[in-house]
Amino acid sequence: MARLLEVKDLKTSFFTDVGEVKAVNGISFNLDRGKVLGIVGESGSGKSVTAYSIMQILTGTGKIVSGSIKYDGKELVGAGEKVMKDIRGNNISIIFQDPMTSLNPTYTIGHQLTEAIILHTDRNKKQAWDRAVEMLRLVNVNEPEKRMKQYPYEFSGGMRQRVMIAMALACEPDILIADEPTTALDVTIQAQILELMKSLQEELGMAIIMITHDLGVIAQMCDEVIVMYAGSICEQGTADEIFYNPKHEYTKGLLRSIPSQANAGKKLEPIAGTPIDLLNMPKGCAFAPRCDVAMKICLKENASRMQINDDHQAACWVNVREAISNE
Amino acid sequence: MSENTPLLEVKDLKQYFTINTGLLQSKQLKAVDGVSFSINKGETLGLVGESGCGKTTVGRSLLNLYKPTSGQIFYEGKEIKTRNDIKEFRKKATMVFQDPYSSLNPRMTVSYIIGEPLDVHKLYKTKEEREARILELMGYVGLNSEHASRYAHEFSGGQRQRIGIARALAVNPDFIVCDEPVSALDVSIQAQVINMFEELQEKFGLTYLFIAHDLLVVRHISDRIAIMYLGKMVEIADAEEIYNHPLHPYSKSLLSAVPIPDPKIARTNKRIVLSGDIPSPLNAPSGCPFRTRCAYAVERCAETMPEFKEVSTDHFVACHRTSEIN
Ligand SMILES: Nc1ncnc2c1ncn2[C@@H]1O[C@H](COP(=O)(O)OP(=O)(O)OP(=O)(O)O)[C@@H](O)[C@H]1O
Ligand SMILES: Nc1ncnc2c1ncn2[C@@H]1O[C@H](COP(=O)(O)OP(=O)(O)OP(=O)(O)O)[C@@H](O)[C@H]1O
Ligand code: SF4
Ligand SMILES: [Mg+2]
Ligand SMILES: [Mg+2]
Repeated sequence: MARLLEVKDLKTSFFTDVGEVKAVNGISFNLDRGKVLGIVGESGSGKSVTAYSIMQILTGTGKIVSGSIKYDGKELVGAGEKVMKDIRGNNISIIFQDPMTSLNPTYTIGHQLTEAIILHTDRNKKQAWDRAVEMLRLVNVNEPEKRMKQYPYEFSGGMRQRVMIAMALACEPDILIADEPTTALDVTIQAQILELMKSLQEELGMAIIMITHDLGVIAQMCDEVIVMYAGSICEQGTADEIFYNPKHEYTKGLLRSIPSQANAGKKLEPIAGTPIDLLNMPKGCAFAPRCDVAMKICLKENASRMQINDDHQAACWVNVREAISNE
Repeated sequence: MSENTPLLEVKDLKQYFTINTGLLQSKQLKAVDGVSFSINKGETLGLVGESGCGKTTVGRSLLNLYKPTSGQIFYEGKEIKTRNDIKEFRKKATMVFQDPYSSLNPRMTVSYIIGEPLDVHKLYKTKEEREARILELMGYVGLNSEHASRYAHEFSGGQRQRIGIARALAVNPDFIVCDEPVSALDVSIQAQVINMFEELQEKFGLTYLFIAHDLLVVRHISDRIAIMYLGKMVEIADAEEIYNHPLHPYSKSLLSAVPIPDPKIARTNKRIVLSGDIPSPLNAPSGCPFRTRCAYAVERCAETMPEFKEVSTDHFVACHRTSEIN
């Protein structure tokens, strides 16, 4: 059986007045059925652009430059808008960070949900309405029949995000991409939404790509984790490998810099320097200018991805040096 | 000042806003509704709670940036009442704002932004003295002198927050309200700014009211933590005490809901997931503000507001059923 999603050497750029911004610069990963894949990384590292590339909803001057994205064995890059529309309607859905910008304030929730369902399925109006009510109930919106007739501003932030999830799930996707789905929400509401996503994922057997900068959310939700830095994947592995055996200096720095049991009462260890500027990329490893243990080679050449063990890959020269000295 | 006089004491602070709800109609929004707490010298009191519960309003009204509807504020044991009291108080108490992107005027230079409070409070005699003080302040927050003539919009979020902190330090304050000073920053930059707050505190003996919604950050930086819900204080205790033994049903669920960045703990963690949404402060429930989401609510909870009581040394809780459910 073909893999559910297979991304190979994907490159996406924005062609701006001041030059080419290589937002996603050659990334590869796979996603299997029913799995939850987390993507973490610094602001601007290309997490959202990765998601938009998969959906082919890039805005402005953004373009997939090269690479391959296969859904269930079928190539999507270059497949054309007609195919993508079908994919977006039936197979892969996305929910965005800010539910207010993705709901139209001038239409009722019911209208928007039924329109989306009619667009993506062959249900008639009555069937779509019933399905929408059913979806609202599924995401724990109380009194769904009444709620269908209300407008987005009458909903709280958490309820709107649940409506977005309902809308994304209405077409029964195999893959749900969630781009910072809880960042705008309060902790207790975030807990509701994450619980809901997890139970729906188990019930419906879909795969989730969970994009977030919150390592706590990653630890709670994900089987597999991708860590991005400056448009590349610097490390990838099971959640346990990433948290307990990090093998890229950026990941190590990230884990050291967040407050935890281990550094309670101590100084945090921040990552030095300033975030990357994609228009002025350094030669060699993109993290080298901020890396405490950078070697000469790091400033010259990019490390390629190395298999740490069956569940873990990382692209960092420190691992190469260790491997050599162990020989 | 004696050992056990707190630096700052807030008693029954209320801040109501009048909201127009339609033609010639208005309603009172009780943003802060009878809040009391104190902060000791050199201490950090963390203030947490969900969006809209009144954290920023507490900070603003205790600094008299809003005129409080009612309540008393004591600084070094002396009540702040007259306009002159307020003026003097503002030289000792300042604020760092929530959003480094909107709280600084992007078209002003760094030296103008940091120098402004010096001008307002006339804290220098000569121009040279002013310049020297600005450079000194920039040094404290790790900005170098070349930055002085650059504009705020040329800086990253973390650097802008440093500019905001330098500005707050300009008056030589004893007390700073830090309103979500790291929330808008990337995780990798947050640690730099948190460390800076801690270093400045040691260096100048500063006292902080540290508002944040990231509970891991608050736990890291705070000596004691105060938890608010819908304009009311529900619990205050020592930071470790409140994390290990939260007594209020809201605190229990809030703390259990924090995603812990450790997969093994996350897998076994028992989360208390609340049903329902946070009520609007315009339609706050009668009695206990939390009762509409509380698993322990009984009739009494709808009838009277529970008193904010000290249940063990320095541990305050507002719940009718504290002793029954713990
Ligand atoms: N429309 C655009 N035009 C030009 N550059 C863009 C555009 N959209 C994104 N970029 C650039 O692409 C890079 C990757 O952006 P992306 O939104 O994927 O980051 P991210 O990892 O999702 O960050 P965040 O955590 O802040 O959401 C950034 O450097 C960004 O400036
Ligand atoms: N100037 C104002 N006029 C009217 N209502 C206000 C004003 N300032 C705040 N409020 C209202 O008072 C309540 C408390 O707001 P506040 O900003 O203090 O909350 P907060 O706890 O700081 O929230 P957040 O975490 O989102 O910053 C909210 O309902 C808010 O809408
Ligand atoms: S007073 Fe009643 S409703 Fe409020 S927290 Fe306690 S038990 Fe719950
Ligand atoms: Mg993004
Ligand atoms: Mg606030």
